[in-house]
Amino acid sequence: MKIAVPIKFVPDLVEELNIDSSGAALDTSWLRLIINEFDDHAIEQAILLKERGGAEVTIICAEGDGVDDILFNAAAKGADQLVKLMGSDAAMMNSHATARVLADFFKEIQPDLILTGVQAHNDLDGSVGALLAEYLGMPYVGYVAGVTAASGSVIARKEYPGGIIGEMEVKLPAVLGIQAAEQPPRYVAYSKINQVSKTVKIEERAISDLDSSGGATVGRMFKPEPAQRAEIIEGSPEEVADRMVGIFKELGVM
Amino acid sequence: MSQDIFVLIEHLRGQVADISYIMLAAARTLASSSGGQVAAVLLGKDAQKLAGNLAADKVLYADSPALTEFTSEAYQLTLAKLIEEQSPRAVLFGHTTIGADVAGWLSGKLSLPLVSSCVNFTSDGKFLSQTCGGKIMAEGDLPSPTILVTMIPGGYKSEQGQAAQASAIESFTPPALDNLRVALKKYIEPEAGDVDISKSPFLIAVGRGIQNKDNLDLPNELAAAINGTVCASRPVVDQGWLPTSRLVGKSGKRVKPKIYLALGISGAPEHVEGINESDVIVAVNTDANAPIFNVAKYGTTLDLLDLVPQLTEKVKQAKGG
Repeated sequence: MKIAVPIKFVPDLVEELNIDSSGAALDTSWLRLIINEFDDHAIEQAILLKERGGAEVTIICAEGDGVDDILFNAAAKGADQLVKLMGSDAAMMNSHATARVLADFFKEIQPDLILTGVQAHNDLDGSVGALLAEYLGMPYVGYVAGVTAASGSVIARKEYPGGIIGEMEVKLPAVLGIQAAEQPPRYVAYSKINQVSKTVKIEERAISDLDSSGGATVGRMFKPEPAQRAEIIEGSPEEVADRMVGIFKELGVM
Repeated sequence: MSQDIFVLIEHLRGQVADISYIMLAAARTLASSSGGQVAAVLLGKDAQKLAGNLAADKVLYADSPALTEFTSEAYQLTLAKLIEEQSPRAVLFGHTTIGADVAGWLSGKLSLPLVSSCVNFTSDGKFLSQTCGGKIMAEGDLPSPTILVTMIPGGYKSEQGQAAQASAIESFTPPALDNLRVALKKYIEPEAGDVDISKSPFLIAVGRGIQNKDNLDLPNELAAAINGTVCASRPVVDQGWLPTSRLVGKSGKRVKPKIYLALGISGAPEHVEGINESDVIVAVNTDANAPIFNVAKYGTTLDLLDLVPQLTEKVKQAKGG
């Protein structure tokens, strides 16, 4: 089975985010980007499927700072092919443009199964997976936490609220939006990644003429100004703990 | 082409999801700026009874055995036909395991623009979406003639989307739903036997800030001292540190305790939608900009690893033990 895993980088939410001078986009000059955590789970799920039943796993990502490290990391886990999409605007593509670029590539390599993160925190025009499935004429099931290969199909465990799982049989070829792999993304020692980086090659693929149509046009971005903001309790851990116990008592829960 | 606002009614095993009512309330705002009607779109098999309390001007209903329970493909094909035929001004979907599976596909299929994670519509008909885990808001126009929107809770109350009287049902014929490539085999119930976190009046919730499994001793000791229950956000459950039965948020449980003590939780929209009915939220997070402080009543930017042992001690003292 050929499995493709398109991944993307997103702003690290631990850092402070700012709006640029246009007022309609994030200021990217100091932005630290990290792998979308759902994509990390999609990689893990692909590797698990490979280990259980054999598969050829291809990881695809648009170029950018730190991308090579993540691709080599995936190879150290067991991915077979690494592909980097090259183009000046590659990192700024919306989901529609990304899905169109990926669809062109997948028409060439014809994967049986495409696993991608169910969403990214900065998607403003839907997630890549559902769009990609439509462009390729494949079925799509998202919010998947666990995949089992069967003959000509996969069984996807789709999550519903309240912890209910819907077992979906999905005919291949198909696209699945991964919410979580069956186990947390594995840790790989740096020495192993370093070793892999000397032997595995990253294939570069040029992209151009991006078509972003179908995406949301943002007129203004701003930091939320909530009507209510928490009253911050200042002081040492002991002082704050004292005050919290007071609050718990007032609310009658102690 | 019409100025109507369509809302996809989400239902699972005979129950209408809360987001459906929230979207009906949102659709009313949008319809008053577009000048159209609000239409609830209901797909199912003998599911007319689910339309009973939908606050809509009309219910568009498709009946088919293939629509008995949600599957992405049957919904996609049915909605594509309806939207193509009726060309509404906007179609609202939950940004959920149901809505997000179909909205993106329809955007590709019908070449219609899509806006996701919308929480509010402004009175002049703009969308307001949350992005970057709720740290940033994005505002923009809703392009004509038809826009697809996925919505998250927070901007409207579900009561506003409920009506005392049923609206008129107009049936429409779904397309041929044969040779589908997605089939529901069965539902699997959540693991039983663990505590029901939605019943506890005092929830101690742990997030990524807990850092590792060993540190769970801290909230566990606090829970024992105060007679609370430990629950978690998604990253902690995905790491396998706590079972899925303890998960709070979009894919877990919605809770409304008297106190929700959030330890090291950033407050991403997927988590907040599970806790926004809590009486009082107390947040502990070292990031002063974390969105959790926008929903909490009290907060501190101390490290939970420093605060929680002190808190456990003070609770024990207060209880005289």
